[in-house]
Amino acid sequence: MERAHAVQNISFDLMPGQILCIIGESGSGKSVTANAVMGLLPRIIRIEGGSIVMDETDVLSAAPETLRGLRGRAVAMIFQDPLSALNPLMTVGDQITEVMMAHGVGTPADRKQRAIDLLTEVGLPDPELMYHQYPFRLSGGQRQRVMIAMALTLEPSILIADEPTTALDVTTQAQILDLIRDIQRRKGMSVMFITHDFGVVAEIADSVVVMEKGHIVEQGSADKVLKSPEHPYTQRLIAAVPHLTGADRHPPLTETVAPVLKVEGLMKTYASGSKIFGSYREVKAVQDVSFELAPGRTLGVVGESGSGKSSLGRLLVKLMESDGGKILFEGTDIAAMKEAEFRSLRPKIQMIFQDPFASLNPRATIGHILTVGPVAHGMPYAEAREAAKELLTHVGLDAGAFGRYPHEFSGGQRQRVGIARALMFKPKLLVADESVSALDVSIQAQILKLLDQVQQETGVSMIFITHDLRVASQICDEIAVMQKGRVVESGPPSRIFLDPQSSYTRELVAAIPGEERGAKPSH
Amino acid sequence: MTTAAVPSAKPYRWWHSRAVRRFCRHKLALTGMAMITLLTLACIIGPHVLPYDMLYIDLRARFSPPMTGDHYLGTDPLGRDIAARLLNAGRISLLVGFSAMLLSTLMGALVGVIAGYRGGLVGAALMRFTDAFLAFPSIFLVLALAALLKPTPEMITIIIALTHWMEVARIVEAEVRSLREREFVQAGRMLGLSSSHIMFREVLPNAMGPIIVAASLTVARAILLEAYVSFLGYGIQPPLPSWGNMLNGAQQYLAQAPWLAIVPGVTITIAVTSFNFIGDGLRDALDVRSDHM
Repeated sequence: MERAHAVQNISFDLMPGQILCIIGESGSGKSVTANAVMGLLPRIIRIEGGSIVMDETDVLSAAPETLRGLRGRAVAMIFQDPLSALNPLMTVGDQITEVMMAHGVGTPADRKQRAIDLLTEVGLPDPELMYHQYPFRLSGGQRQRVMIAMALTLEPSILIADEPTTALDVTTQAQILDLIRDIQRRKGMSVMFITHDFGVVAEIADSVVVMEKGHIVEQGSADKVLKSPEHPYTQRLIAAVPHLTGADRHPPLTETVAPVLKVEGLMKTYASGSKIFGSYREVKAVQDVSFELAPGRTLGVVGESGSGKSSLGRLLVKLMESDGGKILFEGTDIAAMKEAEFRSLRPKIQMIFQDPFASLNPRATIGHILTVGPVAHGMPYAEAREAAKELLTHVGLDAGAFGRYPHEFSGGQRQRVGIARALMFKPKLLVADESVSALDVSIQAQILKLLDQVQQETGVSMIFITHDLRVASQICDEIAVMQKGRVVESGPPSRIFLDPQSSYTRELVAAIPGEERGAKPSH
Repeated sequence: MTTAAVPSAKPYRWWHSRAVRRFCRHKLALTGMAMITLLTLACIIGPHVLPYDMLYIDLRARFSPPMTGDHYLGTDPLGRDIAARLLNAGRISLLVGFSAMLLSTLMGALVGVIAGYRGGLVGAALMRFTDAFLAFPSIFLVLALAALLKPTPEMITIIIALTHWMEVARIVEAEVRSLREREFVQAGRMLGLSSSHIMFREVLPNAMGPIIVAASLTVARAILLEAYVSFLGYGIQPPLPSWGNMLNGAQQYLAQAPWLAIVPGVTITIAVTSFNFIGDGLRDALDVRSDHM
């Protein structure tokens, strides 16, 4: 992205006791804005004009010593990735007391008590024990709570939160959002909350600033911006946000057709450590999973991180060997096949990966990436090249992309390349593992549309693995909810979302941001 | 549906890349590159241009200091022109250096890729084999082998390569082990590519950066080792000149004719430091993190 200014002509007010959400897609300049307020911009980014006034202090012209005094005391920040923002070599307690020490607050005994109070306040279990823990022992949600405790240490009047829930599971995200809102009310703080998710905005915002390419395109109260957006960009963004439809995609099958894929009692156990030295540990990633998939239909596999959904995907394309159970693909059990036998079947089962940056070889041209598979399976190069060029136009790229390298493309474009690669073989089954999670909402909507279109044209069956129930509700005919390696519930979207049977599914559905009754925008 | 625009930028060329720009900003590395280019060109062209052949004996001009008549760098105890001998020796020394580097890099990369990609028992066995080689004092190994075998330039090259592939192997193994878990490697397996295709066509090009750095430093070490072995008399045998055996011949005349030692000595120093500078420059250029500095 080449533009002269990261952000330009940004003006907004943060009122006392208010939650202001800054929303925008990646590259819109929302994080740069937050860092400028905090005075944390990298030195190569200079501020060319404007002013940031905080309680009558001009942040931009203030001396570094004054700023350091402000940071922590007046403004505190929490980050997206709590693991990299916490010092891995210090205990949680030491990190919190360090903040007080740096600002010369309290005596050592006070500080410890204060730290434990803070840990209690952010709802961490067993604060005394937590005080002596190292960050790597905590879960993502717990780490984010520790970050919040650190930010609250000096009772700042402003809290800046830069995508604090993006790396978390939905249920954890819901808890952290609750915590932030709760603390904000109790302390009367002002919160500047940066996010890309309109669902989150609907959950907590009092007022909203919408940013696009370094400019503010719209600002106002949360109600106004969400219900009657004025700027076309905001309208597009809000329209792109996936919502729980609760409606089924296709009418249920009337006649029985032979399933493309039938999975029976699939098992996978990860073992680590050594039996001899007693450090042996087993994790049952996939336990006794069974389902069927009809031709031309999509099965959604949803669950939180660690639920085994990605392991399941990898087992189905045999990037990993299963420990038990059957995978019947068009009637043949592929679970028991050796790699060499399975190679001839590989073209029929293809995968679309999660990370559009890591899944394309950075040293290979798009052409190479698309043709290498078919050529290895005996297609003449000229034919593969023609097929690849045709497919590139089909997935919404230009045939000219053929000779270019992945780094020249944006995330969404790369994901299109990933889809084209999987389609080169005209597969019978596509496994999409979190294939839209790394993308901005508007791009996400486009990719979902592309997948839908591909399915209608080719009749391919799909397994769609995602942690986002809203996305799953958009594209799936059938949904399987996974928890701790087991399928706890499965059925059509209408039943899963509107009438969930298991308590876990109910919890998941309730945690979806921005889908509360009443707050739901009409659509 | 909407068509995503393809970047309309100029086609990708390697000399536009950040790495090349970073390398060009590294003054010492550029100097090293210039010195090596000059030295190589001089060694290729020089012997054809100089007035004397390296074996021509000018009896009346024995022990002439540099800049006497047409003997620009003087003559040796037999009256042979040092400039001619130096450049011819350079052909052999540089050739030994480069070929040893190529050979050891090939071996190292092969062992490293297989060990890193396969992992498990095969990987462990290969890496322990590498460690065993590393544990051997390489100079004594070279000397012992050179004493047993006929020390032709080819043999010296092979011996040096055999004692220097381990570093590359370890670097490549570590790199490949981390690349192996990347999604594009999984994608290769999903497409049904053979393991050797994935190892050499998909993974290895991504490990090229560290390999190039290691290779440039290996050239310097190989040149130094060749000089060392030849100086001790076990390397390239006279009358074939090499920088090392020129030094060997010079040591008994150090007091009367110091230029006999200074000329090849300085040349070796220039060649070795230049290669080390290039290595440093490449290391900085290929390290993405240095972009933030």
